[in-house]
Amino acid sequence: MSEVIHADHHDDHAHGPEKGLKRWLFTTNHKDIGTLYLWFSFAMFLVGGVLALVIRAELFQPGLQFVQPEFFNQMTTNHGLIMVFGAIMPAFVGLANWLIPMQVGAPDMALPRMNNLSFWILPFAFGMMISTLFMEGGGPNFGWTFYAPLSTTYAPPSVTYFIFAVHLMGASSIMGSINIIATILNMRAPGMTLMKMPMFVWTWLITAYLLIAVMPVLAGAVTMMLFDIHFGTSFFNAAGGGDPVMFQHIFWFFGHPEVYIMILPAFGIVSHIIPAFARKRLFGYTSMVYAVASIAFLSFIVWAHHMFTVGMPLAGQLFFMYSTMLIAVPTGVKVFNWISTMWRGSMTFETPMLFAIAFVVLFTMGGFSGLMLAITPVDYQYHDTYFVVAHFHYVLVPGALFSIIAAVYFWFPKWTGKMYDETLGKIHFWLSFVGVNVTFFPQHFSGLAGMPRRIPDYPLQFADFNMISSVGAFIFGLSQVFFLYVIIKSLRSGAPATGRSWEGAKGLEWTLPSPAPYHSFTQPPVVKDEEVLG
Amino acid sequence: MANSADVDKSIYYVPESGWYPVFLAFGLMLTVTGLAGWLNDVSAGGTGDATQSTIGFAIVALVLYSWFAKVIEENTAGLNNESVQKSYVWGMGWFIFSEVMFFAAFFGALFYVRSFVVPWLGGEGDKGISNYLWPAFEATWPVVQNPDPALFANPGESMQAPGVTDVSAWTAYLPFYNTVILLSSSVTVHFAHDAIKSQNRQKLIGWLGLTVLLGAIFLVLQVEEYIHAYTELGLTLGSGIYGSTFFILTGFHGFHVTLGTFMLLIQLFRAIKGHFSPKDCFGFEASSWYWHFVDVVWVGLFFFVYVF
Repeated sequence: MSEVIHADHHDDHAHGPEKGLKRWLFTTNHKDIGTLYLWFSFAMFLVGGVLALVIRAELFQPGLQFVQPEFFNQMTTNHGLIMVFGAIMPAFVGLANWLIPMQVGAPDMALPRMNNLSFWILPFAFGMMISTLFMEGGGPNFGWTFYAPLSTTYAPPSVTYFIFAVHLMGASSIMGSINIIATILNMRAPGMTLMKMPMFVWTWLITAYLLIAVMPVLAGAVTMMLFDIHFGTSFFNAAGGGDPVMFQHIFWFFGHPEVYIMILPAFGIVSHIIPAFARKRLFGYTSMVYAVASIAFLSFIVWAHHMFTVGMPLAGQLFFMYSTMLIAVPTGVKVFNWISTMWRGSMTFETPMLFAIAFVVLFTMGGFSGLMLAITPVDYQYHDTYFVVAHFHYVLVPGALFSIIAAVYFWFPKWTGKMYDETLGKIHFWLSFVGVNVTFFPQHFSGLAGMPRRIPDYPLQFADFNMISSVGAFIFGLSQVFFLYVIIKSLRSGAPATGRSWEGAKGLEWTLPSPAPYHSFTQPPVVKDEEVLG
Repeated sequence: MANSADVDKSIYYVPESGWYPVFLAFGLMLTVTGLAGWLNDVSAGGTGDATQSTIGFAIVALVLYSWFAKVIEENTAGLNNESVQKSYVWGMGWFIFSEVMFFAAFFGALFYVRSFVVPWLGGEGDKGISNYLWPAFEATWPVVQNPDPALFANPGESMQAPGVTDVSAWTAYLPFYNTVILLSSSVTVHFAHDAIKSQNRQKLIGWLGLTVLLGAIFLVLQVEEYIHAYTELGLTLGSGIYGSTFFILTGFHGFHVTLGTFMLLIQLFRAIKGHFSPKDCFGFEASSWYWHFVDVVWVGLFFFVYVF
């Protein structure tokens, strides 16, 4: 394979972007599309964050202060949906767009027009979803898991718009994944064998498989909802021989791989940043690859641990308990490898490294609370309490989100040709680190003490923990506005960056100048082992 | 447009920026919001207005037409080298896999209902306590007596296949004919592919035309079956879980056959225009893979929805 970019002689724009709005609307360039994804996800992150702050403001004290319970339910539902589908997932796809072609030595993504389509579906889909909040009867209010019959028999009419919005997001994800798989499998530079691929590329390859396997199942689930609501079917209604619990099975068959869709690329990012700042090769590359593959496989056979209390045969509970605990093994391998990479390294602690180390520590905590939840009899107590909220926010905020922020700081010089302001970056890190722990750590305690999730009011005994949690949430929220300031300031007045912006950074993308040229590799690069393997 | 002779084959063709994707996304949004408004209106007792979704669909159709025309034009100009073709192959392959998973959701629902839900509602097994809800309900498949017939009217009759030995009943059994038709069409489309390989355009047009015809006959018979179910058997989407699973599985399959037939029809027009060569016939191949996929799904349907 030798690919160079097509130089279309009668088109002067072939080597550079178009001007103005048309550049962003019509682009087929992986960097432009990556940028669009990242800004879109940041916008959604702020919207979802505002909803979270409405929740935390209401929970600052017991009693109803700011919003009514009906509206509170819409806030929790949309906060979850927007953060999962609008912030975390598109951010990872944006990173994939920016990085994968550079890391495998390709000129662009394999299917550039479809790439643009995958992105542009999203603003429309989220426009639809957010507009439901202003419709008669209100927006979705049944939780981000939209369990039937709350989402069918008792749903507001706007649920129909929600269903179609989910269909569109699914189509976008599937096309994005197909593109990523085709790029990785078809467009690697000569000499880059599978076991020489950078970890971010590996994790995204496996994530893309997960997405193609489960997004259609989600589409099936919402389609059955649509039919139950509008065409009189009884999939989720026992009166007609269906079963509301079946909805939960189908949803979580999608939902559990979805959880790993949001964390595997994070594993990849951290596996780049830690070696760079420890100035050592990644420890146990091969075992990292197999660990990711094992986690992906296991993600398909653990789904019912989300529904231990729903009433399922004992054999089912035992199977799902043990299979879930098994995931701790490959995850443990990964954590061990990251720590071993740091062991006796020449470590420095720039902002991306701080976020990456915080990721390893705090994600592991989220993993441990996950192990507690996996124990069926114990889960009977924890189910639907704030302990669960604390658990998954620990894996998603200092987990997935911190890795995204770390990636932005790490590759920012490569993308823009400018360095961010290190002092401001560190301030951002410490504010986020304190904020996230103040917010979510107390929720372990209120959860263990029995505070249920998804309620706007609570007994007095939980008041202190909730107050602390709300203070933390506002610290965390404001520190992300500060992040925006850091980025904009660095874009405008950052110091110029060199090609290899970090002393210890390895990989094909660092062989390019900064900012990287519009079409990454016009000639396939020579793949040297010491470059791609560190 | 560049002439195929002066294109460097080592180039991975990255198309210039274009208007298709963003308009397609806009058209899709218009279609589904229109559809949602329409459905909500009808469910609330209104008459519904399909104008917006029709406009949206027209935009989608127009964009898809221009987009595919452009891709074909680029291919004819020789811009798509072997590597680009390979990306298309990967793309179509994984798209079909995603379709398989879409059907897996409905098959999964069918299996879960049949192995767990219905027996439990009938009082058998681990969760047999659910029988307390409707003590009169008895577990059978097909479910022709619903747990609560006041909410979900019982179907008059199911679509279940006759016994294996009952030859005369099989000759009057429509799904049996549909199986034969669809399986044959998979063979005819394969012959069409052979015709491309042996560069025999007349044969290609013949076999491909026959395949499209078989697809169309299948669809007509399927509509016939639905009319029969609704008007004579009293089997509808609202007849409880049997009707729900039956119509969603056969319905989405029928929708995919429609799509597949349409795809093959386009390839027929392209064949008549002389588009395909043994080395360059991705459009045809992709449509034929899709057709085989639709066929395999039908075999699954025939056994798990009709026979067993």
